[in-house]
Amino acid sequence: MLAVHAVRHLRDFTLDVTFSVRQGETLVLIGENGTGKSTVLNLISGILTPDAGEIVLGGRKLYSGEEGIDVPAEDRKIGHLFQSYALFPHMTVFENVAFGLRCRKVPRPEIAFSVENQLRAMNLADLSDVNVGRLSGGQRQRVALARALVLEPELLLLDEPLAAVDMRAQSVMREELRDRIRNAGIPCIVVTHNLRDALELADRLCLIEEGRVVVEGAPEEVLGMRGNGFIASFAGSGPHNGLMPRAPITGHSQRPPDSRPLS
Amino acid sequence: MDSTPFRQSREVIRHEGGRARVSRAGLTLLVAALVALFLLFVTLPVASLFLRISPEAFLRSLTEPVVLDALFLSLATATVSTVIVVLFGTPLALVNARHDYPGRAIVDTLTDLPIVLPPAVAGIALLMAFGRRGVIGQYLDHLGINIAFTTAAVILAQVFVASPFYIRQARASFEAVDRLYEDAARTLGATPATVALRVTIPLAWGGLVSGAILSFARALGEFGATIMFAGNFQGRTQTMPLAIYTTMQGDLDAAISLAIILVAISFGVIASVKIMTRRSL
Repeated sequence: MLAVHAVRHLRDFTLDVTFSVRQGETLVLIGENGTGKSTVLNLISGILTPDAGEIVLGGRKLYSGEEGIDVPAEDRKIGHLFQSYALFPHMTVFENVAFGLRCRKVPRPEIAFSVENQLRAMNLADLSDVNVGRLSGGQRQRVALARALVLEPELLLLDEPLAAVDMRAQSVMREELRDRIRNAGIPCIVVTHNLRDALELADRLCLIEEGRVVVEGAPEEVLGMRGNGFIASFAGSGPHNGLMPRAPITGHSQRPPDSRPLS
Repeated sequence: MDSTPFRQSREVIRHEGGRARVSRAGLTLLVAALVALFLLFVTLPVASLFLRISPEAFLRSLTEPVVLDALFLSLATATVSTVIVVLFGTPLALVNARHDYPGRAIVDTLTDLPIVLPPAVAGIALLMAFGRRGVIGQYLDHLGINIAFTTAAVILAQVFVASPFYIRQARASFEAVDRLYEDAARTLGATPATVALRVTIPLAWGGLVSGAILSFARALGEFGATIMFAGNFQGRTQTMPLAIYTTMQGDLDAAISLAIILVAISFGVIASVKIMTRRSL
């Protein structure tokens, strides 16, 4: 269980979010570019520090402004997948996946065992000695996921996990990803621009506008709120169109669902 | 009749086009001449070194003690000073590339200072600091430590003048490493020290090595600060540039041989830096 209340002053607005994610639950964050979705993930994983608030993961306080607690990123046990995957370009697939175990000073034979198992589970065994520069988008995503999961994290943060994957491979990869998240049985937060990601991965959906959670609920419930300009364009773009929504935010998220925007 | 003005204007255009072509050709010729003259100016003196000495004389002077002593001393001191520069410069460059703190601009300016400082000034400044009556030297003298006019002084002079070459290059290379990799490493459990050793430094490696090579080359060529602060004693402080200066007055062959060795090393340095920074020669 993850409970987040985080405040951080950004250049254009103040990010102030409160939400929680249960064990085994996947929360999907949607919203326009630049509304602070990725920042939320960075605050949780410890890359950025909130200005105030409290972040608790499975009873461990990772951050507390009042108590002056700020657990460093390396001790948080959180798997964070970046949009570009950030695979280490100077290492092979094996070395990338082994990186976190090496940092934890795990004995060499155990590292080899865990990494090989993980690579096999991810269908990456053949690529073990390949330099990551030669991988496809889908392979990179799997390596990044393997690199995080091999450490048995207590929370998974995925920033646009399928954005760099070939369009044709996306639906297969999405199903694969959903199964892996389910199997991990830990709380998971996914940031996405893609309606299908939201529909297929989310147990719960959160709309963020200007650094605030404006709508939160079951996917069908949230996507039914066509009164919100973002949701209208997001859900209205149809299941075949996974592109980023282009319509501007109207900011009237509190409008009743039946009042549709003009135009 | 209607077409006449048209034809005329075309003629004019062709005429002006011709003039433009002529002036462009002239410009090309001028630039080519300037480039050729300059290249000649650079290569001719270097080539003259090779033309003024026979291979036999070159090989013979390679066995002379003054040449061997200088060669050994230069390679040893430049290696030691490069190691010192790398040890002190790497953390400094990394901190300045990644962290903002009050006074960072001042630290940057101070580390760059030796580049613009004339070597003779560096020499007398080092003497005033570490000489027997120097600001620090007087206390060292009480402890029985004497730096000026020793091999240690050669190394200090080289570190002083060569450090900016490494630190500047190292800082630029660290800045070029995408922070995302460092962030990813942190979330995977790497402490800041591990991030530096396993991610940032390996990713900046090419730049660090080429910076170290440039620094080594500058140390190898050090003359002004060395002769003022370390003196000119064969086998102890007489590095290759100093030996060239000294032997030139008597044994010209030895001076030319030393110069040729330095030219060879310089070419090696340029080639390896170009390779490290992945550009073609």
